Amino acid sequence: MTEMLAPDGLDPATPRAGWAARALDSDVFYAFRRSPLAIGAAIVTLAFFAVAIFAPLLAVQNPFDPAQLELLNSRIPPLWSADGQAPFLLGSDEQGRDVLSAILYGLRISLLVGVLGVGLAAAIGIVLGLVAGYFGGVIDTVIMRIADVQLTFPAILIALMIDGVVKSALSNRLDERTMLAVLVLSIGLSFWVQYARTVRGSVMVERTKDYVAAAQLIGLPSWTIMRRHVLPNAMGPVLVIATINLALAILTEATLSFLGSGMPETMPSLGTLIRIGNNYLFSGEWWVIAFPGLALATLILAINLLGDWLRDALNPKLR
Amino acid sequence: MTMLNRTGLLAAAACFFALALPASAQTLRYANQGNLTSLDPYTLKESTTIAHHAHIYEGLVARDKDLKIVPALAESWETLDPRHWRFHLRKGVKFHNGDPFTADDVIFSAERVRSKGSNFLSNVPPDAKFVKVDDHTVDVMLDTPNPILTSQWDSWFIMGKKWCEENNSAAPTPASATTPSYASLHENGTGPFIIDVHQPGVKTVFKANPTWWGKPEHNLKEIVFTPIGSAATRVAALLSGEVDVIEPVPIQDIDRVNSSGSATVLTGPELRTIFLGMDQNRDELLYSNVKGKNPFKDTRVREAFYKAVDVELIKTRVMRGLSTPSALMIAPQLFALSKDFTRAKPDAAAAKKLLADAGYPDGFEVTMDCPNDRYVNDAAICQAVVGMLARIGVKVDLLAQPKAQYFAKVLKPGGFKTSFFMLGWTPSSGDSHNVLHDIMGCGNDPADATRGEANLGGYCNKELDALADKVLIETDTAKRDQMIKQAFEIGIKDYAYIPLHQQALAWGVSKKVKLTQRADNQVMLYWATKQE
Repeated sequence: MTEMLAPDGLDPATPRAGWAARALDSDVFYAFRRSPLAIGAAIVTLAFFAVAIFAPLLAVQNPFDPAQLELLNSRIPPLWSADGQAPFLLGSDEQGRDVLSAILYGLRISLLVGVLGVGLAAAIGIVLGLVAGYFGGVIDTVIMRIADVQLTFPAILIALMIDGVVKSALSNRLDERTMLAVLVLSIGLSFWVQYARTVRGSVMVERTKDYVAAAQLIGLPSWTIMRRHVLPNAMGPVLVIATINLALAILTEATLSFLGSGMPETMPSLGTLIRIGNNYLFSGEWWVIAFPGLALATLILAINLLGDWLRDALNPKLR
Repeated sequence: MTMLNRTGLLAAAACFFALALPASAQTLRYANQGNLTSLDPYTLKESTTIAHHAHIYEGLVARDKDLKIVPALAESWETLDPRHWRFHLRKGVKFHNGDPFTADDVIFSAERVRSKGSNFLSNVPPDAKFVKVDDHTVDVMLDTPNPILTSQWDSWFIMGKKWCEENNSAAPTPASATTPSYASLHENGTGPFIIDVHQPGVKTVFKANPTWWGKPEHNLKEIVFTPIGSAATRVAALLSGEVDVIEPVPIQDIDRVNSSGSATVLTGPELRTIFLGMDQNRDELLYSNVKGKNPFKDTRVREAFYKAVDVELIKTRVMRGLSTPSALMIAPQLFALSKDFTRAKPDAAAAKKLLADAGYPDGFEVTMDCPNDRYVNDAAICQAVVGMLARIGVKVDLLAQPKAQYFAKVLKPGGFKTSFFMLGWTPSSGDSHNVLHDIMGCGNDPADATRGEANLGGYCNKELDALADKVLIETDTAKRDQMIKQAFEIGIKDYAYIPLHQQALAWGVSKKVKLTQRADNQVMLYWATKQE
């Protein structure tokens, strides 16, 4: 951490400091420092990641552990209202689950599914895009037509379909971990197209450049050329898509969970919490849905702002 | 000129149609939390499904508003001797496709309801032989006297022989069937309503049957049924007038519906007992980390589970006061000596000790099957139970799923695939014998194949079975009640089940609609009237 914060050029000996210095010295970071919106969004996003990671230290209970839930503490309103009770800052739900703790732990699930889902989508998309763009021809046509077909369906529909197929295949042996894997899989498989198309486009441009020809001349295998020489030059747009997709993936997870095909109620994500809270929305127990909803909205907004800014910062035409 | 003519014609047509339709014929919209999956009346013995089917199919007998057995397709019956019953069938009744209803249909239905795949095996005793006397008379011969023979025939619906055979549906559709049969997508009953549209999971439209033999008490032209799983949405639909009747009203919303001015909640005690059950039959549990043995075979483990569950807490917190904790597997309204039983107090420390004595000082893991759209707050109750068991060291994986998947998995056609489950039971006969026979009786009884038909956990005590057999033929009420009491005491001593409570009925009804609430929670809309 200290290395990251070190001023430019103080410690040029170690490569890590050099990397950090290069990052701090870059155009992108310069643009970042001059955009209060980006700084704010980054702080909020990092704060969400931080509280999710340190949830066990911050939460008053582990809402995933049924032994820690006490029915006697159910349906307590937030602390500042007349019937509020410590330590339930944002109130508790019907099972005696502290809403704040549930949000912190739910964030972990939402972010985990989001990050892993985007990671899987990016991995699939990058590989297929590289292959399609580099080799062209029949391979390109096959991969891109599959992508086109998939693009005609909304991502949420594909995610629901994959979720349904996997669940009926696994039938009744679904524990929480498999549910998590199913969610990641369905998000990964429904979001890869954008990456593939972007990478393919960049690769097709790069492929004709002299440095690729040079690499081919000295006999490097295709895979090495793709990975070491072409891919780094195609990564900028991928980064932008990944950031914006993270918000989309978290939303998709929330939607799936809200529809009841995501995380189970014993291990709620933000979407599951909103689904549970929805039953009490009109019954006076507004806090069960309001706070998870607010957390989700803030998180999505922050990530989206960050993604928008990154897109503009990486776009040479806007500089 | 032509203009005038056309207007005149239109006016005449309008007059004609106004006369042809009764002026008050209404569309009633009904929403339930669960889905209507199969139209085959032998697939799923579940009150909501049976109630749907009762609008299109009819049994030889029916139950009236007070749950008394009354004639339906059988006009009258007599017992020539205790083992010989004679049923006189109603004449002039037609199935919806126009086929006449005759004795052959009754004999066919008696066979079909007792064939493999039927969920209603115990509704018609296996020893009953149906004999046609003439087209409108059927004799039933029994091996042993059975004074409550017709008590479960209100949910044994008569199907047309010709229609079933023509449509390849002579065998019942099991709940676990993966492809729907013709009879599960179409109907051909004799009832007061005809299915017009059936889209499982979306909507079902019932149209009034103009040629029904009876005199309708309703003023409806059609009933539109929509499943609405989300409790909040269901209530919102009632309050906005989008639907006229909902079942159930979530208990957190009862006050809000009553104060809305547009609808009211009909409440009352329900006859259904909600309970937990455990697989005591298999040598190794299907879903547990204990291998090579079955912890539930040990009475101490079952007792520990019993003592870990605090029903009073579930009542105050999860059911918001709207449940009656129960010591018995039957509602107090249905058994005179219920007051002699009290439920043991919960005791987590004792439960932990019992588990340790049984060899599980650190508990074990087991999967619990639970419906999430069947009983009032079912998934929330299961979650609460999971928490209570966690406190004695038992880690429960909760599998809460919609009733269609749930029943297909845990009931007999699905092979009782469960280790630990929650279920609700209303004895369809309104009598304790049904409880002792169907859910507490030993399965795989060579003498009585239907015994233990809904005994998911495979609890078995021959002593209890012997008492149940005596209860069936005993006619002296006092003696009979004593026998029932003895049998229930055996079940309690064995910790056969963990009874939780009787839930409260809560139907949301628009102020425009008048209907009768039956204590078995079957929503019978053929008694409903709706104002303009």
